[in-house]
Amino acid sequence: MAPRPWQSQRPWQKRKLGDRRGLPANRRRREILTAEGLRLPLTIASRGTRAAALMIDLVALIMGMTMTTMVLSWIARGVGIDDPHANATVKAVYETLVVIWIITMFLARNVWFLWFELGPRGATPGKRMTGIRIAARPGRDGAATRLSAEAVIARNLLRDVELFMPVIFIAGALRAGSDTTLAGWASLVWFAIFALFPFFNRDALRCGDIIAGTWVVEAPRGRLDSALSLGDGAQGISTVTGAHYRFGDADLAIYGEYELQVLERVLRDDRPNVMAEVAETICGKIGWTNGTGDERAFLEAYYTQLRARLETGMRFGKRKADKFDGT
Amino acid sequence: MSTSAFGRLGIGRLGIGGLGETLGGLFSRKQGAAIAAAEAAALRSDRFRLEREGDWRRLEHIVSRIEAGRIGGLSDEDLVALPALYRMMVSSLSVARETTLDAATLGYLEGLAQRAWFVVHGPELGFRGWFLRFFGGGWSAAVRAMGPDILIALTVMIAGTVIGWLLVAGNPDWFYTLMPPQAGDTRLPGASRAVLHATLFGKTAQTGLSVFAAQLFSNNAGVSILCFALGFAFGVPPILLLVHNTGQLGALLWLYHGQGLTLDLIGWLSVHGTTELFAILLAGGAGIHIGRAMAFPGTRAILDAAAEAGRRAATVMTGVVLMLVVAALLEGFARQLIDATVPRLALGLAMLGWWLTYFFAYRGLVGKR
Repeated sequence: MAPRPWQSQRPWQKRKLGDRRGLPANRRRREILTAEGLRLPLTIASRGTRAAALMIDLVALIMGMTMTTMVLSWIARGVGIDDPHANATVKAVYETLVVIWIITMFLARNVWFLWFELGPRGATPGKRMTGIRIAARPGRDGAATRLSAEAVIARNLLRDVELFMPVIFIAGALRAGSDTTLAGWASLVWFAIFALFPFFNRDALRCGDIIAGTWVVEAPRGRLDSALSLGDGAQGISTVTGAHYRFGDADLAIYGEYELQVLERVLRDDRPNVMAEVAETICGKIGWTNGTGDERAFLEAYYTQLRARLETGMRFGKRKADKFDGT
Repeated sequence: MSTSAFGRLGIGRLGIGGLGETLGGLFSRKQGAAIAAAEAAALRSDRFRLEREGDWRRLEHIVSRIEAGRIGGLSDEDLVALPALYRMMVSSLSVARETTLDAATLGYLEGLAQRAWFVVHGPELGFRGWFLRFFGGGWSAAVRAMGPDILIALTVMIAGTVIGWLLVAGNPDWFYTLMPPQAGDTRLPGASRAVLHATLFGKTAQTGLSVFAAQLFSNNAGVSILCFALGFAFGVPPILLLVHNTGQLGALLWLYHGQGLTLDLIGWLSVHGTTELFAILLAGGAGIHIGRAMAFPGTRAILDAAAEAGRRAATVMTGVVLMLVVAALLEGFARQLIDATVPRLALGLAMLGWWLTYFFAYRGLVGKR
């Protein structure tokens, strides 16, 4: 399950005012406004996730390049390039193979990212695996914009420089037989400048993102959990003991929306020891003494009635954010 | 105590229950099973959700199909229904934000809205559409939009050539700095006319031309992408790169001029040079364009200015890579196969004329749109 801003180790126990503001996941939340007037929340992908996605892509890319090279050299040996008395046809075939190799290497560097990011998912295989995608950055007024082909091209042309230039530095130094230490340091500095760039802006943009007007966001995972207010538990009736749980206004007034969502998570996770702990906490707050063993029914009843109370309040424009909210 | 909570619930149901039902009727299709399940839900917000869940799931199915690139597997009804389903989901989300506290529903709807938005408002045209727009005027329009930057780049290139010439003319040692000597290269100061002449002519029998062309392309494309990409450092690196590259040209011109081979060298260079130097000019212009937009964004935010310039420059750069393919073919094949100065010059000038016409005279389909 995707981490939520309110998710911590024991969210129902320790929480102080203002905690939510400080959590990294919450700082990465952004909002765009679509043409339909809908506010869409987005989460900027974390830098670590992006690095992981890049690693996956690079490994796949290098494997692909190595395979191509091996297959081509295998064919070259097959037509007999090692033979010193090779005729003109063999030379022509060999020449073609070299051309194919040069073109493939160029395309691999430039087309891999381009091809996948232009697709409907807007993500390379690495990004797809790590659950992120690219999107167009909204304008200054927050209005959402389309991702254009030009933007994808621009951000990936810069990748060539950010990522592959250091390799070219070192290769150049090796070929010229000059000092590789100097080239190594130069490429390290070069690489560091571009790799650290995302750490110096709020949206974790790399240079290519700035030029293209894009950013990388978390791709939502679509799974709808079941509705919780179905069944007997929601009616306040325990299937285990047959007890009826009814909570008074004062019992429900102590908690707000934040606690409700924590409770929802606890119910969905369905871990007996956690539920027992939470039930105990709630009972302590409202001055009930319950036996153990029927926590799920108790919590379901409390959840449903608390939600009914809060949602009724919502309809009248009265919201209670959390237990510290005065109203 | 215990009755008051239920009392409130009851009031809630009576008070706005009627409104809720009419809204539900407007937004949902008649789905018997879903309605039956909805009756069993204790909360009105869950009933709202269960009545619409079928439509959401249908939308999710369509969106997943499109994301997977299997748009062909979708039925016509689904494709027709997509915009309506999308709008319905959008209004569901707006209502849900005001009425439900179920984090699962809200999270699902927000995720679905985001995915559907990317699909409905995805890249507006496929590859074919992009291809037609690019060659049908998009490329030349982008080139024209960078007019001032191309002029700057042209000035820098001319200046670089002149500087290269003057430096070497003043002190021939500069030649070795500008063009680091490579093994087997006979193009050095003090070389005789015959030696220099041999580098320009008489290579028609040479083999390995295609490899040469591919290498040239790979190398030149790398340099021009560098030229463009470094533009974001306020345009300074592209200018330096242009000066460096054209400095070599100036040095070469001086060398051949000394032996009275200027026109022959220009012919030799122009076969591919008009295309290649034009491409480098455009790449440098694109880099300067971005640098200028970032240094002087005007009334726009600097990031917006950079993005706008970057997208335009990316269009130009796509063209530059294609031009370099053409240049490499000309350099690898045509230059070796055509062994006289006049046809070489004619070919070079024809290419130059073609590019100038295409970029500056051709208004294409863009004007008609």
